[in-house]
Parts: sequence; C-alpha cells; structure tokens
Amino acid sequence: MWKNIYLWLDERLGFDSLYANLLDRPEPKTTWWNTLGSASMFLFILQGLTGIFLTVYYTPSPDHAYDSIQYIMEGVAFGWLIRGIHHWGATLMVILVFIHMLRVFFTASFKFPRELTWLIGIGLFLATLGMGFTGYLLPWNQKAYWATTVGTQIAGTVPFLGEFTLKVLRGGPELSALTLQRFFAAHIWIIPAVLAALMGLHLYLIIKHGESHSPTKED
Amino acid sequence: MSGSNELSRRDFIKVTTGIVGGLIGAVIGLPAVYYLIDPALREGGKDAWIPIGKFDDMQIGVPYPFSFTRVQVNGWERTASSFGGYAVRKSDSPDDLLVLNSRCTHLACTVNWSAEADGFLCPCHDAKFDIAGEVVDGPPPRALDVYEEHRITEDGIVEIFFKEG
Repeated sequence: MWKNIYLWLDERLGFDSLYANLLDRPEPKTTWWNTLGSASMFLFILQGLTGIFLTVYYTPSPDHAYDSIQYIMEGVAFGWLIRGIHHWGATLMVILVFIHMLRVFFTASFKFPRELTWLIGIGLFLATLGMGFTGYLLPWNQKAYWATTVGTQIAGTVPFLGEFTLKVLRGGPELSALTLQRFFAAHIWIIPAVLAALMGLHLYLIIKHGESHSPTKED
Repeated sequence: MSGSNELSRRDFIKVTTGIVGGLIGAVIGLPAVYYLIDPALREGGKDAWIPIGKFDDMQIGVPYPFSFTRVQVNGWERTASSFGGYAVRKSDSPDDLLVLNSRCTHLACTVNWSAEADGFLCPCHDAKFDIAGEVVDGPPPRALDVYEEHRITEDGIVEIFFKEG
C-alpha cells in the first residue's frame, strides 16, 4: 500500500527525478575539501533554526536585550545550548565559507563556465560577514557596543560617502536603540533573505554545471 | 550486487547519513522543544505568608493600616505591585481579627479609614464602607475583599497568606 501511495505522490511531485537531479548527480573524483560548500549550507540551516528559536525570547531593545539574553542563558531550559550553537556556529560558518572560497580558488574551479558561481559566492561570503557583523551587536554588552562603534566608524572613513554610510548604518549619528533595531532587522530578515536567494542561485549553477574536477598536471 | 544480502557502499552511505542526521536532529530538536515549552512548565506565582504588623499595636475598634509590595518576575521583566489593607480588631480575642483589602470593589482605588466619617472612604466616587467592610454608600457592587487566611506568630506578628494572581 505504501508503495502505491509513494507512486501516486511521485507521479504528481516527481521525487525520483528530484532525487536523481539533486542528490544522485555524477561527481568527479574529489576530496573532503569539496564538501565545505555543503557544510556551509548545513551551518546556514542550523543558524537559521537556532536563530528562530532565539527570537522566541530575545528582545532587540536597549532596555531588555542584555537581560533577555541573560534569561536565555540561565532562565530557560537548554537556552545555553541553543545560543551556544548559534554563537559558535556563526564563527564556524565564517571560517568554513572562507576555506571553501580558498578551495575553489586553489582548484581553479572559478573558471569557465563557473564564473558566475564564483561571483555569487563572493556575495555569499560578504553576506556571511554581514551576518557576523550585525549579530555581534545584538547581545548589547560592552564588547558588542564598542565593536559596532568601531565597525561603523570604519565605514565612516570612506571619502565623500562615509558620513552618510555611517548614519545609515547607525540610524543616526550615534549608536542608539535605532541601531540595535535595524541591526536586528538586517540580521534576521534582510541579510538572510539575500543569503537564501543567492544560495538558491549558487546551488542551481552547481547542479547545472556539476562539480569541477580537481586539476591535473596537464591543466 | 542486486539480489545479494550484502549492503552496497551506496546503501551504507545512505543509511549512515540517515542515522547521523537523525541523531543530530534529535540532539538539537528535543532540547529545542523543551526550550519552547519551558515557561509553560514553570509553577505560577509564589504564595507566601506576609507580616503586616504587631498584634499588640492593633487597637480594638481602630483599623490598623498596612501595605506591602510583591515583585513578579516574568523572564527578564520585573513588575512590582503594591497592596494594602486594614486589620480590624473587634474584641480582645485574637481570633476576632478581620483583615480587609483596601482596594475598592468598584474601580480599584484605595480606600482610606476616616475616623470622622466612621468608615472607609473611597476618593474616586465617594463610596463608603463601614468598619466591617460592608457597603454603606456609593457605587461599589460588594463589600471590601477580606484576606481570609491569617495567623499570629509566636512573636505576636500578624501574617496574612497571599496568593499570587
């Protein structure tokens, strides 16, 4: 009976062809270094899930941000685990995405026909750094406050556009409640949306072109 | 390989991926569920015995005012609520003690004892209650609330039992 249900669904949804195209693709002989893209995607999903759970208790307001995180760490069952995964996962994700980028560079996988995959990958790397930068402010402790003060000041040193950029980032000339709120919005809505969209394109191109084989002496 | 009982390399990878994925899902998923429902598993407010004054300081026939504050902690937020009332002794007997809540039963203003008026007066809508808390005049629908449970400790302190919420 299960087989009939499966067949009925498969006729309409096409699991089998999805599986064949997405997971059962032919791969060149590669190494573990070629798994870092998937690992980055896994971390993105993990960060998304733990992030969603954190928003259940986190409050992006200067009055309550710090206290709400204290509450997550000490007051809620397994809050330390959820936040711990999110905290360390963030660091790990930046490292993995960067090593993934190095791997693509060293195996010359960015060459024809994969130039666009590479360019989108640069966008993904920048978006990942953006996640790190905006997420760093959210605990609203001393380190977060001053790191963001300095980080936005760096943006402010750009000639001509700097002062405007700084005000856009901070939501005004000073670090304030507006800064915390817009960093929160960027961290949970804007940048993740960009990341997800770019990841979709990135994956589409990888499936379309297949993995590049490792270079040989002839290359 | 088809037809043989041995696991192919492909199937081994599939099964291993499934098991490892399931483990990761369980290790994160189960605590996550607990994390979500945790506040619902907490016990409600804490009930407590609250001292309101020395029994010997309470004169017969003269309402003895008291007040206290309860702090409720909800996650990262603390809400302080003030409560007050009057202890009324009707006779020498320690059992003959009435502890009234000074919250007017009309719209929750605080009533005050007035010796001249010989009653509790509410400043909001001129309600009047007698010394036993019964409505004498004004809009209140019922008599003043009473702290039913009270006791006198060995040191002669009157305590009332406060139920949160």
